[in-house]
Amino acid sequence: MSRRQKKDWSARQLFRNGLLDQNPIFGQLLGMCSALAVSTSVINGFTMGLCVTFVLTLSNLFISLLRRFILPQIRIAAYIVIVAGFVTVVDLLLKAYFPSLAASLGLFIPLIVVNCVILARAESFASKQPVAPSLLDGVSMGLGYTVAMVVISSVRELLGSGSFCGIRILGDWFSPAMLLISPVGGFLVLGGLMAGVSWLKNKRKKKE
Amino acid sequence: MGNLLLLSLGAVLVENFVFVKFLGICPFLGVSQKLNTAVGMGLAVTFTMTISSALTWLLHRFVLVPLELEYLNTVAFILLIASLVQLIEMVLQKFLPSLYASLGIYLPLITTNCAVLGVALLNVQNGYDFVESMVYGFSAGIGFLLAIVLLSLVRERLIFSRIPKPFQGFPSALIAGGLLALAFSGFQGLQLA
Repeated sequence: MSRRQKKDWSARQLFRNGLLDQNPIFGQLLGMCSALAVSTSVINGFTMGLCVTFVLTLSNLFISLLRRFILPQIRIAAYIVIVAGFVTVVDLLLKAYFPSLAASLGLFIPLIVVNCVILARAESFASKQPVAPSLLDGVSMGLGYTVAMVVISSVRELLGSGSFCGIRILGDWFSPAMLLISPVGGFLVLGGLMAGVSWLKNKRKKKE
Repeated sequence: MGNLLLLSLGAVLVENFVFVKFLGICPFLGVSQKLNTAVGMGLAVTFTMTISSALTWLLHRFVLVPLELEYLNTVAFILLIASLVQLIEMVLQKFLPSLYASLGIYLPLITTNCAVLGVALLNVQNGYDFVESMVYGFSAGIGFLLAIVLLSLVRERLIFSRIPKPFQGFPSALIAGGLLALAFSGFQGLQLA
């Protein structure tokens, strides 16, 4: 990712990056596994987004704090240990307080460790920038990820089971397309949404 | 023996790691533009998965369980996988430089392949014994190899076809992956018992 390196990161610019220009899923194409697997319902997608935001914010904060002490040769291993620590916290908290959510997200909570979004932010941002921007970058990238997850899962839940957040909103006339809840639907919906994003981007470029 | 064969067939076809379990999607989409690189990545992943399944099983059974540190599974496994990948890289560089040259760039990527960590965690979750874990790891790797080779064959042809502009590149790869997944969902009906 080539990006202009500016000295002062304004909060506005950081949030713009995370939510729009560099959105982890639609802009940088990172974190695909969880984006496809957990987006079968809005609640799952939203919870996953919050978990990733939590881990990303704290790992960015700590990696930025420790950036002068981590040796460059072993930095990846060091990042992974920091991230894995926070993921374990999330995993245990979810299991203790929201066992049903933990069961439906399953393997994908521990797998946040290897979510490319988190390592990419650690490597390209938090390891080079001061603490405050890194913290904000974590929050904004996490929110960008959450928004993208909610968009994908809304489409899949609405068309795949005719409901939103578990409440049936489309009437009996609508027969749900079960296909969209199945793994196949994940690929197709994400592919379609990405084509839409690239169409919008091209349109904006032409205007300029 | 028959059990192991069923386990293996299940992991390759019925519960294919990429198409059904959604593990390893990043490399599946990231390095599938060309057949050569896809085969290289697939083989590297299969190799790493087999060894890491064995080692993580040993680590879990003989270190974490006796010390009652099972809640540290994720941390311990990912550290082991990261150092294993580093080790494989160094060994290959020293003894098999030609293989290293062809796999070189993919090796570091394997650490962050969620299929590798996923298989280690699934082995523990499903309570597989040592041999079963290795067979499961190996078969999951073969399933990944199959998926990435199939997608790369499709994508090599997609380059020459006329696709509407918004769909070019990544979106078309996702749609192609979806259609492959649709084909694989046919295996769901397979009764393995």
